[in-house]
Amino acid sequence: MAVAPIEFRPPVDSVKEFIGPPQDSEEEQIDVGVAIVGGGPAGLSCAIRLSHLLETEPKLSESLGEVPVALVEKGRNAGSHLMSGAVMRPSAMQELFPDLDPSDWPFAFGKVEKDAVYFMTKRGRIPLKPTPPPFRNEGNHVISIAQLGRFLAEKAEEAGVYVLSETAATKLLVEDDVVRGVRTGDKGRGREGEELSNFEPGTEVTARATVLAEGTQGHLAGAAIRHFDLGSDDPPQWELGVKEVWEVPKPLDRVIHTLGWPLRFSPKYREFGGSWIYPMGEDKISIGFVTGLDYRDATFSVHDVLQEFKTHRFVRGLLEGGKRVGWGAKTIPSGGYWAMPDKLWAPGLAIAGDSASMVNVPVLKGVHYAMHAGIYAAEAIFEQLKRAEGTVTDLSAYDERVRGSAIDKEIYRSRNMRQVFSKGFFAGGALANLMEISGGRFPGGHFQTENDAEVDVFVGNRSKSYPKPDGNLTFDKLSSVFLSGNATRDDAPNHIRIQEQVPLEVALMWQNMCPAAVYQVPEEVLEEAEQNGGLKSMEGRTVDVQVTPSNCVQCGAITAKGGRLTPPEGGDGPNYQLA
Amino acid sequence: MKICVLVKQVPDAAVEKRVDSGSGRLDRSGETNLNPFDTHAIEAAMQVKEGGKADVEEIVAVTMGPDNAQRALHKAVSLGADRSVHLSDAALAGSDVCATGYALARVLESESPDLVLLGQQSDDGECYTIGAVVADHLKMPSLTQVIKMDVGDGSLRCERQAEYGYDTVDVALPAVISVGDAINEPRYPSLKAIMGAKKKQLDKKAISDLGIEADRVGADGSRTSVEAINPPPAKQAGEIIEDEDTNQTVEKIVAWLDERKLLA
Amino acid sequence: MSGILTYALHYENEVNKNSLGAVSEAAKLAKEIGGEAHAVVVGEAVSDGLCQSLGAYGASKVYRAQAPEGLAQPVVDVMAKLISDHGYSYALFGGGLLGFEIGAGLTARLNAGVTMEVTEVKAVAGKLVAVRPILQDSAVVDSGYVSEPGIIIGRLNAFEADASSNGASADVEDVEVELSEWSTKATMVTRGEQRGAEVNIEDADTLVAGGRGLGKADGFAELCEPLAQALGGAVAATRAVVDAGWYSYSAQIGQTGKTVAPKLYLAAGISGAIQHKVGMQAAENIVAINKDPNAPIFEFSDLGVVGDLNKIMPKLTEAVKAKKGG
Repeated sequence: MAVAPIEFRPPVDSVKEFIGPPQDSEEEQIDVGVAIVGGGPAGLSCAIRLSHLLETEPKLSESLGEVPVALVEKGRNAGSHLMSGAVMRPSAMQELFPDLDPSDWPFAFGKVEKDAVYFMTKRGRIPLKPTPPPFRNEGNHVISIAQLGRFLAEKAEEAGVYVLSETAATKLLVEDDVVRGVRTGDKGRGREGEELSNFEPGTEVTARATVLAEGTQGHLAGAAIRHFDLGSDDPPQWELGVKEVWEVPKPLDRVIHTLGWPLRFSPKYREFGGSWIYPMGEDKISIGFVTGLDYRDATFSVHDVLQEFKTHRFVRGLLEGGKRVGWGAKTIPSGGYWAMPDKLWAPGLAIAGDSASMVNVPVLKGVHYAMHAGIYAAEAIFEQLKRAEGTVTDLSAYDERVRGSAIDKEIYRSRNMRQVFSKGFFAGGALANLMEISGGRFPGGHFQTENDAEVDVFVGNRSKSYPKPDGNLTFDKLSSVFLSGNATRDDAPNHIRIQEQVPLEVALMWQNMCPAAVYQVPEEVLEEAEQNGGLKSMEGRTVDVQVTPSNCVQCGAITAKGGRLTPPEGGDGPNYQLA
Repeated sequence: MKICVLVKQVPDAAVEKRVDSGSGRLDRSGETNLNPFDTHAIEAAMQVKEGGKADVEEIVAVTMGPDNAQRALHKAVSLGADRSVHLSDAALAGSDVCATGYALARVLESESPDLVLLGQQSDDGECYTIGAVVADHLKMPSLTQVIKMDVGDGSLRCERQAEYGYDTVDVALPAVISVGDAINEPRYPSLKAIMGAKKKQLDKKAISDLGIEADRVGADGSRTSVEAINPPPAKQAGEIIEDEDTNQTVEKIVAWLDERKLLA
Repeated sequence: MSGILTYALHYENEVNKNSLGAVSEAAKLAKEIGGEAHAVVVGEAVSDGLCQSLGAYGASKVYRAQAPEGLAQPVVDVMAKLISDHGYSYALFGGGLLGFEIGAGLTARLNAGVTMEVTEVKAVAGKLVAVRPILQDSAVVDSGYVSEPGIIIGRLNAFEADASSNGASADVEDVEVELSEWSTKATMVTRGEQRGAEVNIEDADTLVAGGRGLGKADGFAELCEPLAQALGGAVAATRAVVDAGWYSYSAQIGQTGKTVAPKLYLAAGISGAIQHKVGMQAAENIVAINKDPNAPIFEFSDLGVVGDLNKIMPKLTEAVKAKKGG
């Protein structure tokens, strides 16, 4: 029997809960010029560009009050919650900082000299030559996005932006169908949501324009898209990436992508993805595994697949003598063109970056798109601020900019490539190849995206091949969570919304899916299964899922698979350094 | 009453620290934030101010450190300090406990506080009880590990945890009190306070402003030297007993404990 | 004259065991670098017998000074005078609050180098080098002194008391010290108050910690508490069981709980995830009982017992009680 997680959604009405009119008095509110939610590439680029533009119009800047541009970021610092491969196209950095030479980018590790794509088999690898076009990265730079966040935040503060870290935006303030700002999260609540002795309520931040750049699974962006009916008919889709940073004695000389092992090719499993291995300078390597969350085997775990991947002779050799110094996990929006919202704005609001699915998964690019989108949003807002007083109601110019830009064009080109892999690796691969060769024209048309939570799951046997963590090359989830810098207090309220009583397959799927071991099938059930012929025989049985929310690194996978991640207290979660 | 709170910017405790492979020294390039123990000290200062038993004119946050130490001061101000003082000077780099205590005492002297509060230790484990060092320079009474503090008339009644249990000690003001994390639950700063922090007065001082002698601070003025940084001694592999006969197993455990004088 | 002056804390006519350890350590080190190992006791009505008894631990002379007990600053005055008058090269303290406070005060008073949380002291070319851990015990620093005196403050339980020296009793010399004006500004109202049920697990010498492997909340009352009582220790818990409501948060050990360094840490039904490990890895002796032979805790325990804790713990409790004599 197979069940789909979507049948077990928790009671969450995102529009009712996360959108509402301002309620505080004027003295309690904080009024800013422009409010930006999210300290990632999109939000920070928007903030920086806006500040630079405001410098050219001092009267306008003054009219925006004491705080012309404010940015809220839920992580400890801007960058603490950022994770990616990453190989970045330099175009956006060059636009924001034309006088800065790439060799002076503190978050970058050099230009890509060589790249390689390998089709992995259990014991070997087959180089795909010439390198398939999506994977050619000449002229691009290997970066640490966590460090990029910190760099951009520094620049933003230098430009006069108020960067408020450890601050979550939990509610979108909407009045008369116009976005007025955001409400920040409460601090100092206990396990049951009760107010502790040091309880500090959130604040309503009102602004003339609000930009939502919350990244993957944008909390307010999701609610806004629903409320203002901005979404497309195709649902968003996600991949989950788990990454490690290693210190290695032998430098790596090329950017590597792999396909194949250890993923299974049959359409029965729907395992789409692969790995990346990037050099970070002379002494470090970034290695990660990405898989689409539309897989079907409930025992599939991206974290463990990454561990398995490292045991391959070739990969082991790259990491030989090295030491793991970083770990992280995050979802990537992969719906592409069809899943991008039909409209990127509403009165008083613009949505930029991953929150608007601006990611080109087949070529693994998104950072520079996010930055460009942030810049376009800043420019459109600036123009509107000059035009009239009060809230900026028309940001259609932002939408037009994005649609007319490379963002749209390039994501359009890849629009069907990801979806065809639901047909399995070989059929999908063949179709994707044709699309690549034809520049997206053939097969053309519209391959619909599918909601990951609608894919039914069954108890398979993927977990049989996961290696036992040895603490040297392979690692368990808990020690990985520790390495992410996560030290969330134990009595924090549970920020994860799921139905806790679900069929075993769903519970097992969550347990394996989550890279941070947040969800657990109760031990008694696992023991019973061991004694009675395996978990497969217990499919359909209802179990109580145990949740440890303080482990959560906020990757967002649960939202893709039937649950709902809401922002925890500002400052909680991981503190990525090199991710 | 004027209260000075000594704060320190320390590496984030949850972020794994490494000895840099290149230089063999501690990699200090990572994240830093306000020493969590110091947030308890600021909270204690605020509770004295709001408690009504003493008339607190101002709470001044004081720190010694490089440029990024300003973040600790901004945080302290967002939590309630009225203004801050930042002692920053290249000559101070590499100061050990002795040098640091001397320099901090000089800054505090220039402020003439009635009460100095600080966290009893810093998260980077560099020093415990710098308060006691500073107090001797200032010629003030000092108490550490304080978990309760009540203000009286020109004095404090403190409770602190010591070797034999809890001590109750009366301390005359002016005094230096190092607080433990059990003393209070620090408040969270409001968004308004965070945004307003940058505007509060921040005085930057160099050693020449405070009469700090250069030869008593910095790496050269320090009285201790780092001879080496090594990995910890290899732990001998532990013994493993597989329990088959529980009586025997228990006997072995007891013998093991007895050998190590753990059954005294 | 070189030599080491060690502070000996006492209470109710008994010398603190960490001080005894420090006195022994000083005697050992003095032999290696030359010079005498002396001790100092400060208090009111300190008996001759108490001072003389330090001879067995290696102190050849013990200074006694009259001053209020349980406070650090009077001791700073006393030791500063002794060190200035007699030129000791090092001042040594066993672990514990007062040692830190006194050592820190001396640092200022004598413009001296100090190393805190020392786990080991080495004699190198006639000088002492203090070894201390950093970075959550993942590295150790060798700390030397560029001037005299050098102040060494040990970590709790770092130095082993050794009562086999000479057997002779130490010479006792009374000293008169004028206390600094600020040393009299703190007055002890009540000293050493025990707070009944609220045992502070950070101070306990022995901890019996329970984890999920206990199986149920009753495991604490049935298994951990009796064993802890037999061993004369306290009960601690992991995050998982505190989360499940089996035990109180005040007993939680780990990254988001308390950090402890007892002499004995007995972990029952605990897997040893790193979040827990960082809270107790400095324990001197780690004993683990777990039915899973692959539990990570066995990688860093000193004694690992693979078995059913429900069978082992009750029997262990009885055996410990019997060994200790009922």
